[in-house]
Amino acid sequence: MEYLNILFSETYKILFLLLPVLVSVAMIVWLDRRIWAFVQKRKGPNVVGPFGLLQSLADALKYIFKEIIIPASSNKVIFILAPIVTMTLALVAWAVIPFSEDFVLANINVGILYIFAISSLGVYGIIMGGWASNSKYPFLGSIRSAAQMVSYEVSIGVIIINVLLCVGSLNLGDIVLAQERIWFVVPLFPMFVIFFISALAETNRPPFDLPEAEAELVSGYQTEYSGMMYAMFWLGEYANILLMCALGSILFLGGWLSPIDIYPFSIVPDPLWFILKILFLFVLFALVKAIVPRYRYDQLMRLGWKVFLPISLIWVVLTSSYLMYFDLLPKS
Amino acid sequence: MKISRFIKTVFMIDFVSGLVIAVKEMFKPKKTINYPFEKGKISPRFRGEHALRRYPNGEERCIACKLCEAVCPAQAITIESSEREDGSRKTTRYDIDMLKCIYCGLCEESCPVDAIVQGPNFEFATETREELYYTKEKLLENGDRWESVLAANIKADNPHR
Repeated sequence: MEYLNILFSETYKILFLLLPVLVSVAMIVWLDRRIWAFVQKRKGPNVVGPFGLLQSLADALKYIFKEIIIPASSNKVIFILAPIVTMTLALVAWAVIPFSEDFVLANINVGILYIFAISSLGVYGIIMGGWASNSKYPFLGSIRSAAQMVSYEVSIGVIIINVLLCVGSLNLGDIVLAQERIWFVVPLFPMFVIFFISALAETNRPPFDLPEAEAELVSGYQTEYSGMMYAMFWLGEYANILLMCALGSILFLGGWLSPIDIYPFSIVPDPLWFILKILFLFVLFALVKAIVPRYRYDQLMRLGWKVFLPISLIWVVLTSSYLMYFDLLPKS
Repeated sequence: MKISRFIKTVFMIDFVSGLVIAVKEMFKPKKTINYPFEKGKISPRFRGEHALRRYPNGEERCIACKLCEAVCPAQAITIESSEREDGSRKTTRYDIDMLKCIYCGLCEESCPVDAIVQGPNFEFATETREELYYTKEKLLENGDRWESVLAANIKADNPHR
């Protein structure tokens, strides 16, 4: 009986986190399209619901009723598994994201490592999808995606080391609390820029959307997918983007902390600040999508390995020597 | 690498200025027309759905000269004619296959009496193909419905013909 109670309360908690995340993913797709349209002086989706807010819902409904086509020559089990893996992994990572000091599903000590591991696994969904489709364009797309995500994860890892040096803990809550005096975006600004660009590459957003480069690869690893399976890839992708925005605001923008601790700002509930920061980063993501052309593949690799990795490594040395010299290393 | 280029790359000057332009553009008035509710301006020469016009006294203009049938590059027009009791030559059948039609406007141009015209209507999609095989009745009905617009368009275009 007790066991059932725990199970029930945990499920309740998970749903309480998961449903808002899924809804906000739908909203964020709308926001993305809207911002993209606004930059190009278009109106974007504005018909379904107020301001077109329910557009994603209508799209989802459309996808549900569409036929799922499974290519005859595909590896069917893996083909079906791929979008499920992508979406599950994108959602699972939200478990450790702290919305406020005690509003977190799993307050584990290695939260940042957990997120890093899960987002590394995310590439499997794409590789599986591309490989199981048994067709050239999806395969090429997934190879590109795998190489891209692996190379940019290296620099993201080194950037995270920078932050961890200043915090002295892998717990996401502690990382946020360490920024009470000053957000890490100020002392580590170059790292924030590199993190942002790497996050773009990590989530296959323009200018690094080579895995699905329409002009060359039709639609990359998604080419053979249709109906709800395609929608799941899509949801997973946007959930990942949201996750990267959340990670960026936890690592650099002080998570749930309010920017200034004076009266009108201090009464705003903590999760709202966190959501606002995620939104701010996402608007940047969307703006970047609207203004940049796509990178060539060798440029992408050059940027990842020859520019970002050395810079972030040098910055690790700089940060640690600064902390050592002024004796600011966090005591544990 | 030139020093100015280096500074540009490191501080991402080009990127940031692009971002500023993007944000400025976001607040400019939109160019989109909310199509089913708002419609774009249509020129008097617009070649849309066909119509057969009548004279103000109700007599149909078409004299069955079959110039439009002859000039039609897609051979979408079929005309049959006979003599009426009063001795005038009129069409007994005037069909346009709107699926064959390429909307080139040659029929309108060739017509000596401004009988067959292409109106401003472009929203005549149907659910079956059969509905797009226009008969004389359908074309005359179109003419009656759009007459005021058609006359105005012909008048507006007159100096250029």
